Amino acid sequence: MSDDSNLLSVKDLSIDFLQEKTAVRAVDQVSFDVKKGEVLGIVGESGSGKSVTVTSILKLLPENARYTEGSISFKSEELLSMKEKQLRKLRGNEISMIFQDPMTSLNPVFTVENQLVEAIRLHAKLSRKKARQEAIRLLQIVGIQEPEKRIKLYPHEFSGGMRQRVMIAMAISSSPSLLIADEPTTALDVTVQKQIIDLLKELQQKINTSIIFITHDLEVVADLADRLLIMYGGQIVESGPAKTIFANPLHPYTRLLIEAIPHGNKKSGRLPTIEGNVPSLSEIPQDVCRFKERIPWIPDQAHEINPKLREVEPEHFVRCTCYKHFWMKEAHEKK
Amino acid sequence: MESAILLETQDLEKNYTLKKKTLFGKKAEVLQAVNKVSLAIHQGETLGIVGESGCGKSTFARLITRLIAPSGGKVFFDQKEITAMAQPEVRSLRKDIQMIFQDPYASLDPRKRVLAILTEPLEIHGIKTAKERRELAYEMLEKVGLQREHASRFPHEFSGGQCQRINIARALILRPRLVICDEPVSALDVSIQAQVLNLLLDLQEEFHLTYVFISHDLNVVRYFCDRIAVMYKGEIVESGDAETIYQAPVHDYTKKLLQAIPKSIESNEE
Ligand SMILES: Nc1ncnc2c1ncn2[C@@H]1O[C@H](COP(=O)(O)OP(=O)(O)OP(=O)(O)O)[C@@H](O)[C@H]1O
Ligand SMILES: Nc1ncnc2c1ncn2[C@@H]1O[C@H](COP(=O)(O)OP(=O)(O)OP(=O)(O)O)[C@@H](O)[C@H]1O
Ligand SMILES: [Mg+2]
Ligand SMILES: [Mg+2]
Repeated sequence: MSDDSNLLSVKDLSIDFLQEKTAVRAVDQVSFDVKKGEVLGIVGESGSGKSVTVTSILKLLPENARYTEGSISFKSEELLSMKEKQLRKLRGNEISMIFQDPMTSLNPVFTVENQLVEAIRLHAKLSRKKARQEAIRLLQIVGIQEPEKRIKLYPHEFSGGMRQRVMIAMAISSSPSLLIADEPTTALDVTVQKQIIDLLKELQQKINTSIIFITHDLEVVADLADRLLIMYGGQIVESGPAKTIFANPLHPYTRLLIEAIPHGNKKSGRLPTIEGNVPSLSEIPQDVCRFKERIPWIPDQAHEINPKLREVEPEHFVRCTCYKHFWMKEAHEKK
Repeated sequence: MESAILLETQDLEKNYTLKKKTLFGKKAEVLQAVNKVSLAIHQGETLGIVGESGCGKSTFARLITRLIAPSGGKVFFDQKEITAMAQPEVRSLRKDIQMIFQDPYASLDPRKRVLAILTEPLEIHGIKTAKERRELAYEMLEKVGLQREHASRFPHEFSGGQCQRINIARALILRPRLVICDEPVSALDVSIQAQVLNLLLDLQEEFHLTYVFISHDLNVVRYFCDRIAVMYKGEIVESGDAETIYQAPVHDYTKKLLQAIPKSIESNEE
């Protein structure tokens, strides 16, 4: 049943973390496809499982993680059963990742030049000199000024936003077929952010790179993503074409997320928030709507038992029936 | 109704030397990361600092918390010159001035559990009993939207946004007078961002806190700050009332920043 246009296909993926003696589920039955040349945006509350989901693709999860179910196939090959040696060939080459934590992929004891040149030479047979030129070019296109000078510095001598861009340069250096970008622009102001987004778009158009782009910033994905996954509590709660979701957000979480973007100034009172907290993994209710506690003003009967993802219009999926009965409460009480 | 000045900088400078290899050996080149910055921050006020990546914001933050030494200029906190203080005095300053760091992972000790991370600053300053310190830590965790049970975990077991909230809890637990927030909410999704910003505002009202708030997000800065200083290549190029700058920016970079703000997505709600 495999579809040729799918570069990556994740099916029913569940991931547990072992803690002391119990296992907690961080990712629960997540399925999605990424087509060639497509940009998939993943949005979700902090702790909802975005990073764990994408890190699992490269099989780089920490030791206490268990893949309990599911499959991940890349170019029709199953990654979960692939040998470490083969995986290593894929990483940083066919599939590259921009990590949320810049320091996981930058080595503090080597200069940026050292690391970039190594990365470039890993997949292209270039002389040191040529590789160095390429490294400088990459730094230039991610907007680092005076790259010839800065390339000699160590990561800690860069500013936060510059480090983030070095990682982006590193990740695109191999012209990957799949680029996974985990919050790649959080440290960047809108002008640089725009430059990076344009760069990613160009990459996608020129060499047909597929991109998985994680962000908490809906405004960023609005501009970039073809399709969206919205995650809450380890599950997908809404998915579909980005345009459709922005035009018609259905799940209460998605709608509240859009509402919480700051607009006014200090005099305009407290920001609207989503009441309550993300439940910790061990407290996540299993067979009821996970978002239920966050919208206590919606009656219990609105939710279903064992809520499922359902296609409510072409390609637009939503979990639970509560969206039909959801209404937005009066914006936060003014102080 | 202007309140007293809490922090003041005079011609504050920080230079870094970049070594450059040339045909004729090594040549040093000086990078002026912070250049003659003079600013005053009043008690109870929130000063926003915006500027492009690499313009010197974090360096400025480290200078005023005395994490690094300036190349020139002075910093006064509560009328005492902190740039002239010796180490023991600087240490006691930590109780009054706290910083929330830009990189949420790198600033948490990976070998310590969250409870230890949170209670340690209290312990160092000899505040309260062990039991009270623990209680305070739990309370703080809840305030930033985490749970009690998170206290027994190590930093690597948290997501990016969760780490950032632990950082915020650690900075606020000492009830400092001045908090330097270096991109405190940029790793957070909007709803948690809103929670954290609201928390910072509540604490400000409750304890009359003063904030220096570094951010690249003008929407957030406009919402959160009374005054804004715009930094460009190490210098302050524009400063004033937040709303005035938002409405009528003067410097080119500020204009560029405002123009680039994505048109907000309108929700379908009325
Ligand atoms: N090694 C680990 N051991 C135990 N729990 C973990 C571990 N790593 C992550 N978790 C938990 O798994 C959940 C999902 O984490 P993940 O990093 O995927 O969140 P996220 O959606 O990327 O959030 P953020 O936006 O804050 O980065 C969180 O509750 C986190 O605390
Ligand atoms: N230890 C250091 N050694 C050499 N140069 C440094 C060092 N720390 C910072 N710099 C340089 O100083 C300049 C200012 O850096 P800083 O971290 O203050 O920027 P920033 O405004 O915080 O940027 P960002 O928004 O990207 O975090 C940068 O050009 C950076 O490369
Ligand atoms: Mg994450
Ligand atoms: Mg910085």
